[in-house]
Amino acid sequence: MSNDAALKDLLFRMADDDLIIAHRNSEWTGLGPIMEEDIAFSSIAQDKLGHSLALYTLLETLGEAEPDTTAFTRDEAQFRCCHLVEYPIGGYDFSLMRHFLFDMADMLRFELLESSSYEPLAKLAAKVRGEIKYHVFHAATWVEQLGAKGSEESHARMQSSLNLVYPLALGIFEPSQFEAELAASGIFAGEAALQEKWIAAISPILERSNLRIPAVADPAQAYGGRRGYHTEHLQPMLTEMTEVFRIDPTASW
Amino acid sequence: MTIKSLDPRITRAEIPVDNESTWTPLPDMDQHETYEVFHQEKRGDQPTHVGALHAPNPEMALVFAKEQYARRSRCVSIWVVRTQDIHTIGIEDSDVFETTPAKDYREARGYRVGGKLTEFKRRRAASNE
Repeated sequence: MSNDAALKDLLFRMADDDLIIAHRNSEWTGLGPIMEEDIAFSSIAQDKLGHSLALYTLLETLGEAEPDTTAFTRDEAQFRCCHLVEYPIGGYDFSLMRHFLFDMADMLRFELLESSSYEPLAKLAAKVRGEIKYHVFHAATWVEQLGAKGSEESHARMQSSLNLVYPLALGIFEPSQFEAELAASGIFAGEAALQEKWIAAISPILERSNLRIPAVADPAQAYGGRRGYHTEHLQPMLTEMTEVFRIDPTASW
Repeated sequence: MTIKSLDPRITRAEIPVDNESTWTPLPDMDQHETYEVFHQEKRGDQPTHVGALHAPNPEMALVFAKEQYARRSRCVSIWVVRTQDIHTIGIEDSDVFETTPAKDYREARGYRVGGKLTEFKRRRAASNE
């Protein structure tokens, strides 16, 4: 298939985003604000890990290594995740806002992919639809709760998180060198189209939550991740994440 | 000296080893209220009570209920209701449910009509012929 490089690039972006956000969000397990939320957020992190496994499995069928090797043995320059997912968890306000902005993009991306000409991805998109719909429901309910129905402090913290997270979130949509190819072959409509849908989807929710989207002078400040240039946070996280795996890479779990 | 843990997250939190002197008891927690959760296993089923949870309002109760009570079992629908909004005849009054033995005549199963019904249908079918 002539679009292999383009398709693999798309799959690596998605799989790496899901793997890294899954690991970051799982860092809250046992430390969540209340038990009910601890369970919900951990469960969402596990879903994301499952999605990354499914995507790495598709990459395996295209000639890449098996999923564990791909997930646990690459160094940061080989990762294609965006900067947004790399940042440490911060406070719960930061993690919730990241979860909201990331998951809305994740949901809309999979929605576009349900009609992808690459059938295995279209099938996967249909399969994960329900899980991601819940992720967005969870995120949006929290954002509205803390933005519009909470206290002055909760509103202020959500606004300052949005100010931090929003410019990073624009890095999700860093264009690839394959945009035209992916669109022409019907695999994926493209990052620009996705970003447009994303803005339209987050705006009314943020408005209901009394939160204002900050002006961003240069969206490209969060670019680089899709080409292997990452923040200083990714490699330490990868080292920690793969610590046990590296003790014995051949062990069977 | 801070706690060095196998869990890197705990090590990073830099919790003093001698931290008991720095503990201050929390004030009485102002807990969220509780909600009772009902789920429906499949379309058409009666909703079944599956448990309770803490939440600040109904929307958040639904968000939590999905992962608390529907992540491992079949479920097509969830209800939540504030525990306070449920009115009960409690276990302390369970004697109101005790019944006298000889009251078959008040219950549907006290009437044996199966045979009569079959006979009626047979006769009607015969007269229609």
